[in-house]
Amino acid sequence: MSGVRVLVGTRKGAFVLSSDGKRQKWDVSGPHFGGWEIYHMKGSPVDPDRIYASQSSSWFGQIIQRSNDGGKTWEAVDNKFQYEGEPGTHLWYDGTPHPWEFKRIWHLEPSLTDPDIVYAGAEDAAMFKTTDGGKSWQELAGLRSCSGAKWQPGAGGMGLHTILLDPNNPQRMFIAISAAGAFRTDDAGENWKPINRGLKSEYIPDPDAEVGHCVHRIAMHPAKPNVLFMQKHWDVMRTDDAGENWHEISGNLPTDFGFPIDVHAHEPDTVYVVPIKSDSEHYPPDAKLRVYRSRTGGNDWEPLTNGLPQENCYVNVLRDSMAVDRLDDCGIYFGTTGGQVYCSPDSGNTWSAIVRDLPAVVSVEVQTLA
Amino acid sequence: MIRVLIPYHLRVLAKVDGELHFDLDSPASVGSVLDAIEAKYPMLQGAIRDHSTKARRPFVRYFVCEEDWSLEPTDKPLPDPISNGSEPLWIVGAIAGG
Repeated sequence: MSGVRVLVGTRKGAFVLSSDGKRQKWDVSGPHFGGWEIYHMKGSPVDPDRIYASQSSSWFGQIIQRSNDGGKTWEAVDNKFQYEGEPGTHLWYDGTPHPWEFKRIWHLEPSLTDPDIVYAGAEDAAMFKTTDGGKSWQELAGLRSCSGAKWQPGAGGMGLHTILLDPNNPQRMFIAISAAGAFRTDDAGENWKPINRGLKSEYIPDPDAEVGHCVHRIAMHPAKPNVLFMQKHWDVMRTDDAGENWHEISGNLPTDFGFPIDVHAHEPDTVYVVPIKSDSEHYPPDAKLRVYRSRTGGNDWEPLTNGLPQENCYVNVLRDSMAVDRLDDCGIYFGTTGGQVYCSPDSGNTWSAIVRDLPAVVSVEVQTLA
Repeated sequence: MIRVLIPYHLRVLAKVDGELHFDLDSPASVGSVLDAIEAKYPMLQGAIRDHSTKARRPFVRYFVCEEDWSLEPTDKPLPDPISNGSEPLWIVGAIAGG
């Protein structure tokens, strides 16, 4: 029987939420790695029992964990993330050059074809790759050399948080970096170029700059890999040509600030965002937690509220905290900084909390199990 | 035999209970103890000190016979009570405050 496994990373450990295809009754396991920050967990698309987790703490640094049995048991693998060659510098907050310093892995993206290949997005922004299941990591240094000297962190850190693999073209990947922007490679990570034309950011000196835009998240539907949806610091954006040009699709959203964005599993033009009041007030407008859905690829958005708190709600939903499953009736999931993980088993029409009292949720991923 | 106490989170990570024990050549030092820890428990590499520079992580401290040795040279010989096992070497995580 089909089912789902929801991988939840929190500020104080990892949790695994499991259910059958009805998604009504849930088994909750965890915390795994209790007391550690789990920025992200993700399973291999070709071997769902192979899961990778990014575990870190201010005290003891970065650990990468790997499970070969669907999250029941874990083993620590290599955690040596070294920038290639002389790391060089990026810009510091005051505009002076500052050496690259590894802080943590924000995002892990397993290959679409090989469970031993994983891409890792780091802060300070860089991309790493393993081809041996995490036993060793190498930097794809072409990313930083394309324009890294001009990147400058925002207050939340300069993290590489989004990695999208093109299912039709193994040479092509998209990534996004906080306060730097979106980038694309067409040669499997050797060379990269910024893809930020059309983004306008009034909070940087040149609103149309080639880099410096605070991209919060990018999403892709695998059937249309040239169409990308972006939640920027402000503005919800779309490209139809693999990032060459972006245009705004914020439309009738109550606010176009937010963090996550995702696409329905079976409808490439159905998109989900969670509007947040502003960059100064990271909670929902009017204290109502609303997911907004567009069935038209943007601009025309409808609020989804059934089962979500519509008063006194002051949680945030972070960039890696929304995911969709691939069951016939697509499930939508998101986690909050208040520790709730919500599930809609019907494309967003109705919602219920799977759990309510976890530590602040940092990431949510879903595995659809046969 | 040298006895070492490491923080709770590192014991969980290394899947050990209680103290770590090592027989090391004399004179032992904080550095040689850390080498032994990382050789036996490779998952702790990078968690106490940097992989390459061997610099102590900022929120980790080394306590020797009720003295803070965090800023001492890591090749400084450990005193007899540590070397003969009557006192443990403490590797401590800084308190979070609050």
